[in-house]
This record gives sequence, structure tokens and C-alpha cells, in this order.
Amino acid sequence: MIRHLLSTRDLSRTSAIALLDTAEDMAALGARENKKLPALRGKTIVNLFYEDSTRTRISFEVAQKRLSADVINFSARGSSVSKGESLKDTILTLRELGVDGVVIRHPSSGAPQLLAERDWIDVPVVNAGDGTHEHPTQALLDAFTLRKEVSGDDSRGRGLDGARVVIVGDVFHSRVARSNIWLLEHLGARVTVVAPATLIPSGAERWPITVSYDLDAALSEPVDAVMMLRVQSERMREAFFPNAHEYAQGWGLTEERFARLAPSTLIMHPGPMNRGLEICSAAADSSQSVILQQVANGVFVRMAVLYSILTGTSEVSHE
Amino acid sequence: MSEPLLFRQATLPSGEQTDVLVRDGLIVEMGSVTSKDARSVDAAGLQMLPGLVDLHTHLREPGFEQSETVLTGSQAAAVGGFTTVFPMPNTMPVADNPSVVELELARGREAGYVQVQPIGAVTAGLAGTALADLKGMADSRARVRVFSDDGKCVHDPLVMRRALEYVSSFDGVIAQHAQEPRLTEGAQMNEGEVASRLGLAGWPAIAEETIIARDVLIAESVGAALHVCHLSTAGSVDVIRWAKARGIRVTAEVTPHHLLLTEDLAESYDARFKVNPPLRSSEDVMAVRQGLADGTIDIVATDHAPHPAEAKECEWDVAAFGMVGLESALSIVLLTMVESGELSWSDVERVMSRAPSQIGRVEWSGLVVGAPARLTLVDPADRHVFSAEHLASRSQNSPYLGRELPGRVVYTAFDGYLTVDAGTLVPAETVAAHAAATRANSAASGGVTNG
Repeated sequence: MIRHLLSTRDLSRTSAIALLDTAEDMAALGARENKKLPALRGKTIVNLFYEDSTRTRISFEVAQKRLSADVINFSARGSSVSKGESLKDTILTLRELGVDGVVIRHPSSGAPQLLAERDWIDVPVVNAGDGTHEHPTQALLDAFTLRKEVSGDDSRGRGLDGARVVIVGDVFHSRVARSNIWLLEHLGARVTVVAPATLIPSGAERWPITVSYDLDAALSEPVDAVMMLRVQSERMREAFFPNAHEYAQGWGLTEERFARLAPSTLIMHPGPMNRGLEICSAAADSSQSVILQQVANGVFVRMAVLYSILTGTSEVSHE
Repeated sequence: MSEPLLFRQATLPSGEQTDVLVRDGLIVEMGSVTSKDARSVDAAGLQMLPGLVDLHTHLREPGFEQSETVLTGSQAAAVGGFTTVFPMPNTMPVADNPSVVELELARGREAGYVQVQPIGAVTAGLAGTALADLKGMADSRARVRVFSDDGKCVHDPLVMRRALEYVSSFDGVIAQHAQEPRLTEGAQMNEGEVASRLGLAGWPAIAEETIIARDVLIAESVGAALHVCHLSTAGSVDVIRWAKARGIRVTAEVTPHHLLLTEDLAESYDARFKVNPPLRSSEDVMAVRQGLADGTIDIVATDHAPHPAEAKECEWDVAAFGMVGLESALSIVLLTMVESGELSWSDVERVMSRAPSQIGRVEWSGLVVGAPARLTLVDPADRHVFSAEHLASRSQNSPYLGRELPGRVVYTAFDGYLTVDAGTLVPAETVAAHAAATRANSAASGGVTNG
């Protein structure tokens, strides 16, 4: 059983599949009238958010409440952090307050690893997104969604062997892309990454992916899922690409490209979407889109992660 | 005056064994020597080197005394076998005028462990626009000859050209921190697969190489002397090699950490390994070793950069750049260059003492009769696990803590008195008293010490 969830790169295939299977149990619970499980009653989890993220924080909070944990939300804006307290001092304070687990989102890559590896605090740490490093629960919920669509009720115990996934967009700045690349590799999927050369990270030729600059070519073969990444408009000022129009034409999931996709190809997006830039509304709102399922599944995956780490087992007892 | 010292059976860089008698601040006799009044020091098995010279040190005083002072930095230098250090001007206030460099000089003389030979800023306030009081510092008591905006690159080509020309009027040299600022905005570590995987913004090799290439061409066109600080990439070695073959007056330094450590150490997100320029790839490490071995790179300089614990015990991207290096420099050179056979002890003497003195325009006499007794004795057979107790610096941000390192400085002598005695730092009051006595004696005889 894993102690922390810091990255998908150091998550084994076995551990990843165990988490996805536990998430299946959580999804089954989610269908009941009483969605709540007493598993984490008496445990206090702090959501330590140094970066604004309504979506991820609420998803974690719903997951924690369904597991009956006591939740403390700590956002950098309302705390002493804005007065210049160091991460270390904040963590030492939380330690003395007696928390049982930390969910951390931080703009600095590696901040969750520091919490896990230094002697500042001795509780499980879940990375809810750090800098441009990783966002492992997002990758797990993407894999969960994909697995469910591909294997249906027969998902348990399976990876994503042989599935072909195309990840499109700003891989350079995307922690979601990094976590997905490693996790999909562990689960046996084949990954193609498509972006202009400026948005492909240096050294990516050493990663277990195929790199392409041509979205149409990448989509000309059968594809199980297309994962569109959010593109931030400030990248234009940093000379990564000239303008939104040219980006959308070259690397957006436009109506023309969407129309050429096989009806079985799933459309995914971690949100929030820039409609008209990286994805057209026709695609986002289509029956092939699983973007809202991703949101729902996010709760189940985060429940599974917290449950497994804080109880030390992946077996769910239905008390 | 301090007691006379007789080092018996020391091994010189040439491999020759000799006794060395030190009296009144000078080496007075070598060969087979007997003395009735000198303290006898058994130096059998110890390698004697002229006192080491560090062309690139940060002493942090004035302004950042929580990290280091002239005294504590001088002590760290002595422990590492150094007898001269060149402190960089990024103090507060900046050493861009005669009063700050004279303050540093005076503090160094009071401390008495090493010669503190200040480096002046190239531009006022290190702002990169207007020239600092270059001639004022050159004509001051500190006799500044090396100018640098270290920590920042003199990136404006016009300012760089003018600075090179201007300081050539008084035999000065510009020591450039080669870093193209636009290519390194927010940069955290070497650009490449490791940085991409860790999500840390890349510091590309070209940001260093393009500035060096530009600067050697400017230096050639105006016939001025350029020194390149802490060169770190294979491409930079190629550019310097090309420039030297062309006859351009350029010299270059490499740090001990760039001879040993690689970028993958960042995988721990332990900011002790955060430094500027960053740790590079193993191919770069091999290239800078080769460059040092074949003379393309002239010297080893520490870039000793002390920082308090809180500047390193934090997220990587908010941590300070830099690592302390004075105490460990010789060990790292032994480990990477001498034990591999790429440098001889004569080469070590050249790259860590003679050449940095020449580039820095300070006198150097070596281990000969009549020379100032600035020397260090190292036990090359020693191996030890490097730990905080080996540090004399006020800061402990060493990347080598917990590593086994070869070689230990056993004695260091500065102008005839010991600053390290049997592996132990001589106390500040003792050293300061020796220094004061030396100054008084020198004043009485009308001589000048410490350059």
C-alpha cells in the first residue's frame, strides 16, 4: 500500500490498478441513497491550497466528507502565508494541530515531495497539483474514466493495454499531461503528444511517447481518446505561438476535426475549458465527450486515494 | 612576530621532498634544513602547495552578515587551504565604489587569515546600465583589477564593450557571469529531460554559450582581457577553445561542483543542489574536466555562496542559488582531476594558485626561497565523510555533506603564521594578533604587505 501519492511516475501498475478498483467501489457507493462511508471518521485532513483551484478543492472536499473525515480548508490567501510564513513553519504548525493527512496544491514543483521526505511532518501527503510537475489524481480520474468507457463493467483488475490516447496542447506547462504520460504508460496505453514544437518540453524524446506536430496526422489513425489541454492566453506573450486563431487552426479540436473523428473516440478535457480555442463547443458538448463524467469520477478516485492511504487497505468494507 | 616554522620532508608539486624553513613571514631556506629555534612540523607524506587563490568568492559583508562575514569567510578559506580570496561585489551596499572595497580590504586585514582582494562591480548598483567607479576602485587602497557584476550578466553589449575597453586603461579585467537574461527568465535548473520531468523551468546551455561567444568577439575587437566566470557547458568549452586558438585574450574558470555534480541531484528537490549556473549533464561534466585538463579552462574557482538555512529549507523555486565551496574545493579537485590522473600536483598548483593570481593581478612567487610564506599542506591519503564539522563558514549549504571525500588540509600558513594547525582552525584572536604584529613590523620597516 502506498504511503503518499506524490506522482504517477513512481506509482506501480499494481498500485495504480488497485486504486482504480477501489474507485469502482466508491462509484458503486455513490449510487446508493446514503453516499457516506464512516471510514475516516475521527480523522482530520487539511486541504492546503497555495493556488486557487475551486474545482479540485471541492472535489477533494466532497470525497473527504463522503468518507466522514473532518476537513480543514487552508488557502494561502486567508492565512499567514500571505504575511510571508515559510512552508516549513506552516507545516510544523499543522503538525502540532494534529492533522492525519495533508492534501496539498502548490505553485512550486516538488512542494509535496518536500512534505513527504523532510522530517517536518509524519502524515500521508496527497499531491493535488504542484507547479508544472504532476497532478496525479487528475491522471487517475482520467484513467478511471477511460477504463470504464473501454471495458465497462468488466474494468476491475484491468489496465489500459493497447488503448491509444492522443494528448494535445500545452504539454510544456501541463502537470496534467506529465501525470497522464507516466500513468498511461504504466497501464499499457500508447500515447501520442501533439503540440507546436515550442510547447513540447525539452528532452521529451526520452519519454515513453510519440511526439507529433501534426494533429490531423495523429488523428488519422484509430484513437480511443483525445485529451485536450487547456491553453493559457498569456503564452502568446511569451512567444510560444502567435495568436489564438492560429493555435486553434493548427492544434484545436475544431468542428472540422471533430467531424472526422470516429464516433467511438472519447473526448476528454481536465477543465476549465477555453471553448473556441483548444476545443469547440460541438465537441465539448457531444455524446462522445466524457468531460462531465471526468468531474464525477474525480470524487470516486479521490475517495479511493484517501481511503487507501489513510486506512492502509484497498478493501472497502460496507459498514 | 610569530614563531619560525620548519616543515620537515614536505613533498613539493614537482614531487621533490624538502624541508621548508619559514621565518619573519618568508620562506627563508629549503633543502635539508636544521634550525634550533623553529617549531618543527612533520610534513612527511604531506603535499605542499603554494597558498590557494580563489578568484570567485562571496563573503556577504557588508549587508548579508547572517550568511557570512569577511572573518568567517576567511576562516572557511583557510580551512580549504586558501591564502587569497577575491570577494564578489554583490554586497549591500554594492562594492561599486572605493569606500566599500576599502572596507572589505580592511576587514580582511583585521581578520588576518587570507588576503582579501576585492572585486569591484562593473556597473553602478549592478544595474547593468551606468559604469561603476572603476578607476576610483583601481586607484583605491584595494587596488582593484578584477571587475564583475557576478550574479548578473553584463548583458547590454554596449556597456560590456565600453567596460572592457575602459578597464584596459589600467590593466583591469572584466569577469563575466555569462547568462542571457531573456533565455533564463525564471530558470531553475539545467534545461533538459530532468527539468521537464520535475517541472522546473529550464536554464538552457545556449544562454551561457551565446554570451561567451559574443563577449570573446567583443574582447577581440577592442583588444581587451575577458575572464569567463564558472563556465559550465560543453559548448562553452568549445567556444573558449576556439577563442584561444584565435589568440583572443580570454581566460576561464570552472567551479568544483561543475566538475563533479550533475543535474539529476535536483530529483530530490533539495535546494542545496540549486546553483547558478545550474548543475549540468554528465556530458557537460566530462567536457569541463577535459577543458581543465587541456588548459582551455585556466582555473578552478569556488563561487563559494553562503546562504542561511531558511533560504534553502524551502520550495526549490523560491530557494536561493548557490553553495558553499571553499572548505571542499581542493578535495573535489583531487577526486575529479588528480585521482583520475588528468591533473598532476603541478597542474593543481597552476589552476588553484598561480593562474588565478595572474588573472587577478596579484603577486605570486610560489614555493621558493624569499617568497612570502603562503602555503598549504594537504594529506592526499586522507578520506573522510564530509560533514558540517568540516565547515568554518557561517552557512552550511554544502552539496557534499554526507559524501566521502579525499584529501584534508592539515596546515595552512599565511605570511609566515599558521591559520590551520594540525587540521584545526587557529582561533581568530591568535590570527588577528599575528596579523597586527605583521602589519606593525611592516610599517616599522617601511615595507608593504598584502599587496
